[in-house]
This record gives sequence, structure tokens and C-alpha cells, in this order.
Amino acid sequence: MTLHPRDSSEFSQKTRGPDQPLLKVEGLTKRYGPRIGCADVTFDLWPGEVLGIVGESGSGKSTLLSCLAGHLRPDLGRLTYDGRDVLAMGETERRRLGRTDWAYVHQNPRDGLRMGVSAGGNVGERLMAIGARHYGEIRGKAQDWLGRVEIAADRIDDRPSAFSGGMQQRLQIARNLVTAPRLVFMDEPTGGLDVSVQARLLDLLRSLVRDLGLSVIIVTHDLAVVRLLAHRLMVMKSGRVVEQGLTDQVLDDPQHAYTQLLVASVLQV
Amino acid sequence: MIRIENLSKSFTLHNQGGTVIPVMAGAALTVRPGECVGLIGPSGSGKSTLMRMVWGNYLAAGGSLRVGALDVATASPREIIALRRDTLGYVSQFLRVVPRVPTLDVVAEPLLALGTPTPEARERAAHLLHRLNIPERLWSLSPTTFSGGEQQRVNIARGFAHPYPALLLDEPTASLDAANRSVVLDLIHEAKGWGAAILGIFHDEGARGAVCDRLVDVTGFTPGLAA
Repeated sequence: MTLHPRDSSEFSQKTRGPDQPLLKVEGLTKRYGPRIGCADVTFDLWPGEVLGIVGESGSGKSTLLSCLAGHLRPDLGRLTYDGRDVLAMGETERRRLGRTDWAYVHQNPRDGLRMGVSAGGNVGERLMAIGARHYGEIRGKAQDWLGRVEIAADRIDDRPSAFSGGMQQRLQIARNLVTAPRLVFMDEPTGGLDVSVQARLLDLLRSLVRDLGLSVIIVTHDLAVVRLLAHRLMVMKSGRVVEQGLTDQVLDDPQHAYTQLLVASVLQV
Repeated sequence: MIRIENLSKSFTLHNQGGTVIPVMAGAALTVRPGECVGLIGPSGSGKSTLMRMVWGNYLAAGGSLRVGALDVATASPREIIALRRDTLGYVSQFLRVVPRVPTLDVVAEPLLALGTPTPEARERAAHLLHRLNIPERLWSLSPTTFSGGEQQRVNIARGFAHPYPALLLDEPTASLDAANRSVVLDLIHEAKGWGAAILGIFHDEGARGAVCDRLVDVTGFTPGLAA
């Protein structure tokens, strides 16, 4: 899949020098009553970096992602985005961040799309939410992004309900990236897709990271996906980070008992 | 360019009762710019382990491992990512790529990651694929469908796309025919010409003799045998 970052200027003007982490997470903890959702999670994410979070179901990776993206409020810890204290922000300011700088790609595209609105409308809506008003420009931009995710121009007026699962997922990515975010949260974005569609999405994501300098936090249980996509890897078990490091180091020379078991249990990564 | 001192490595197998297996102790070697050093020793003696430690996918237990100014043994992931992008290349025995990506783009990718404009990166990739006798009709296909020898040549093209100041070569001439083998040897000579410090494993003794300036026997780094 080839990409044409014609509008890369729109991204670069938002990009700052890579001298400070884009996201700083310190001691993040979320409990559900007596049960731990995630506990004491600490890491830095730098511009242009892809961080993979792996672990089995119930390990806390989705809870962590929700806390980071502002969908859940952590009980303890600090979250600093681009030098700003996210947890101290008011609701309005945080929502604006969610519309402009951040994007969230759901595992199920139905959770991230408006199924009753056309494909073009789904993409255009995000632009309108940040103040775009010129219809021709919005439609042009929507068309451009549909092209980048390989959705044919003549499908722009179709509703996502008429799309295949893989197309829906690509549409969700277009909807999320049209506003040129700097940080993208992804929850199992390739789960439930055919292997060939998954490969296509992986290639798309890699190109976007490289060409637009996106930072991505991707939650998955698929070690082959993180091997190809993530620069760094974090392994979670029972709500805690048991190991983190360079992706191929964690996979090839795992230090923690749980990671060793996880890697040894996979057929081939 | 590459300076290894007193490097050690052990594996702890947590799922087998926490068994600790020391595999390397007191490893030391240097590779100067423009020099090619070959690692020798019987199978299982730690040649690949040492290469992986330089690449950073195996953690060092102790000692230092400098590539340029960076000590890989203690570097942060972010520093190693930057090292691999700018300074250190690696031709491994396995090609790991996203399926469906055309061969030309697989080879051009290290250059694109450095910010080289796409046409220029593709031109360099085409030049290398051409030299390594990968027919042009295959360039638009994913290398995942290629034969072992073809995949290896794609891997070599990718590894030589950017003139890295330091290069790791793991059996670069294995399973190549004579013509392609000699192309790879030429590429290695050219890399030495631009000042690359090369650390390699060559089972092919002819190739070893043709490109290596020195050999280091890693059996000297086996724990217990080391002085």
C-alpha cells in the first residue's frame, strides 16, 4: 500500500523537537473496588515511537489504554502530554485534546464509526468537530484520506454498514487520522481481520508512523503484529508491567518468567 | 568503531526451575573503521549470541559493548532504535517483513526511515536489486513468496541500502550461487571502502579469506574456558 503524504506540512507544524517525551506516564493506577485494573504503570513515549502493550485478556492492557486516552479516570498517578498535566485538565480541554491531538482506534470499527452516516461523512465529521466549515474542502480532504486507506472514491457516499470488516477498520483509521493527530491509541486494531487485510493495515500503519511521525500506543495479544509494528514493548500481567524494552529484545531474550512463557507459547513470531 | 570489553551473558530459564546458563564471559574485541572481523568457532559456541548482543536484541549481563559512542549494553531502547536507524546495519539470516509490501519498498525502507526522498531511496534499492540479480519483474511482489536464496539477496540489498558506519553480517553468502556470492563479496569490499566496521559470521571459508582482515575465535569467550 502506498501513501501520499501530500499534506505533511499540516503535521510538521504540530511537531516539536524530539527533546521531550510526548507522553509521560508515572505510577498510573486504576482499581475496580478491591480488584486491580492496572497498577503503578510508568513509561515515556517519544514522538514517532510505537509502543506495543501485550498480555493475555484480563492483564489490564485495555484498562491502561482507557486511562491513557481519558476514557477512564485513574485513581493514582500522573499523565503528562506535551508538558501539560492531563489529569488536572477540565473536561472541555481534555475533550478538545481528544478531537485534535489524539485519536482512538477501537477494536470493533462499529464502536469508532457512525454507522448511519456515509463514509465521507464519517471522515468529514471529525474535521467539522474542530471547526472546518467549507463543504468542498471537507469533502476533498475526506476523499484524499479514503484514497490513502484504499477505499475507492465511488464509495464515499456509501454507509459503513455496506463495507466489509477490513474496509470498516480502514475507514475508522481514516476518520481518526484526518485531523492530523500526534498520538494514536489502538485497541487490537487488527484483531478479527483476515490475515491479508491485517497485512495491509500493518503496512498502512507503518507508513503513517514513518511519514507523519505519529506516536502510537497499540494494545494487542498478537506478538507477530508487535514484532513488525512496535519499536518498544511492554508486557502486562495481573495489571502490572512485568517487563518492558526494545521489542525484539523482549521477544528474543525475555527476562521475566511470564514473558518467557508467553513467547514460548507462540508457534512462531 | 565497535569495541567490546569483558562482555558476559547468561540465560535464566524461569520456567525450568530458574536454571541459569552462563554462555559467555570475558568477551573482548575491536573492529576499526574499514575493517572486517570474522567470528569463528564451532556451532553453538556463541557467534550468533555475540552478534545479537551487538544488535541489542540480547541483553548483556555485564561488560561494555560500544558501537560508536553508544554503549549498547546499557543503552535505552530509544538510543538503540536511533543507532539502528543511523549507524548500525544488520544482515540477518532471516527476512522479516510485513506481508504484501513490494520488494522494492522493503529494500528502500531503511533509507525512507532516514528521511531520504522516496524516488532516491527507490533508485538505490533498484540499483542493489539489479546488482544482486533479482529480476525486475519480482520487484513489485512481496519477498515472502520468494525462494530462500532470493530472500537472502533481498535481505542483503536492504542491509546495504544505507552506508552504515557499522555492519553486522550473519552468513551473508550462505546458499548463494557463485555469481551472487561474488556480488556480495564486492559489496562488502565497497562497504570497507567507505569505512564501515564489519563484524561477520562466515562459514564459507573462501568468503572469509576474501573479506576478513582478522578472525576472532569465540570459544575463548566460553565461561570456564576463559582465563
